Amino acid sequence: MSVCTLRIDNRDVAIAAGASVLEAARAAGAAIPTLCHLDGLSPVAACRLCLVELEGSDKLQAACVTAVADGMQVRTDSPRLREIRRSVIELLFTEGNHVCAICVANGHCELQDLAVTVGMDHSRLPYRFPDRHVDLSHPLFGLDHNRCILCSRCVRVCDEVEGAHVWDIGWRGEHCRIIAGLDEPWEAVNACTHCGKCVEVCPTGALFHKADTSEEKQGHPERLQALVHARNHQQWQP
Amino acid sequence: MTNAKIRLATVWLAGCSGCHMSFLDLDEWLLELAERAEIVYSPVASDIKTFPSNVDVCLVEGGVANTDNLELLHQVRANSRVLVSFGDCAITANIPGMRNMLNGADPVLRRSYLELADGSGQLPHAPGIVPELLERVVPVHELVPVDVWLPGCPPSAERIRAALEPLLAGEMPQLSGADQIRFG
Repeated sequence: MSVCTLRIDNRDVAIAAGASVLEAARAAGAAIPTLCHLDGLSPVAACRLCLVELEGSDKLQAACVTAVADGMQVRTDSPRLREIRRSVIELLFTEGNHVCAICVANGHCELQDLAVTVGMDHSRLPYRFPDRHVDLSHPLFGLDHNRCILCSRCVRVCDEVEGAHVWDIGWRGEHCRIIAGLDEPWEAVNACTHCGKCVEVCPTGALFHKADTSEEKQGHPERLQALVHARNHQQWQP
Repeated sequence: MTNAKIRLATVWLAGCSGCHMSFLDLDEWLLELAERAEIVYSPVASDIKTFPSNVDVCLVEGGVANTDNLELLHQVRANSRVLVSFGDCAITANIPGMRNMLNGADPVLRRSYLELADGSGQLPHAPGIVPELLERVVPVHELVPVDVWLPGCPPSAERIRAALEPLLAGEMPQLSGADQIRFG
């Protein structure tokens, strides 16, 4: 196995070639905020929170999809990056309808926590209040498009881990939204196995159990990670 | 300002008054606050009906939903040195702002007073008595400059105190971390 050595925030890091800058940074103890990224699923660089600066380039790179290279010099924190990360979170809050106080995920929401991380005590951008819908057709689960940030974790977990591929992202621009099947009501999509993995990896309250009320929804990405680990290593007994 | 009592006001716009209830949860610290601040206008601590001039600090609860809210907010800004956007409704429009998804005051009134009425519904119309709704509920800082943001639904008493303590000493609070700035 070949090894890459690089510098992250002025610290030398050695890591297997093929690793991502995000993996290397985390191994080096650098705290890069992420939202769409989830260990166990493929990286897609959808949220743009993990942007980092690379020495010798003005172009910022998403750490989750950038492979390490020998001699690379990475900066994971700077005034410019902090400003971008706060703006990303403000854009997510103002683009949808995120009303923390009445949300099923209040107190257990990755978006809400990241607002604290980036120091967002208010949004400098105006709120849009788009007209969005809620799909309650499924017998067990609900999908509230008001709270969806299009991270695509549900799309990936259903396709890559459950193998059902119920979800996709449909339409473009401000009309972009998660669709079930060929843009059908969720319960009409026979491919759904009712496994609930999409609900467990959703970082906000967009996907929830129907029995959840305010503050009751908690994500469980660790269950997905345990399953992926067991499959990869053929270790079924913890 | 450090030795003299500061002149403190609180106002209640489009919110549930929960932020003011949380303010009252300051309990015995309210006695200390009364020693260090003069409450010059407040729905929970004063009978004064017109917003005074020369206010040092004003906590503004609620979004701006109607013409009364808008008028009071402009009086607050014109007469206060430090305006604190107090709670999620003031900062994000929050729950009152959910009517914005219906896209305008008229659809909201029709939905509330006609479509959901049991046959005898009528739109409220009492000029000069019932304030007109604005087309949208707006966060305070989209209308006037805000000096301090104090998020929370409601902000806890500890969080309110963390903002007020520096203000009583003539300093600006620096709020951060989940205990002090988390929404919800």
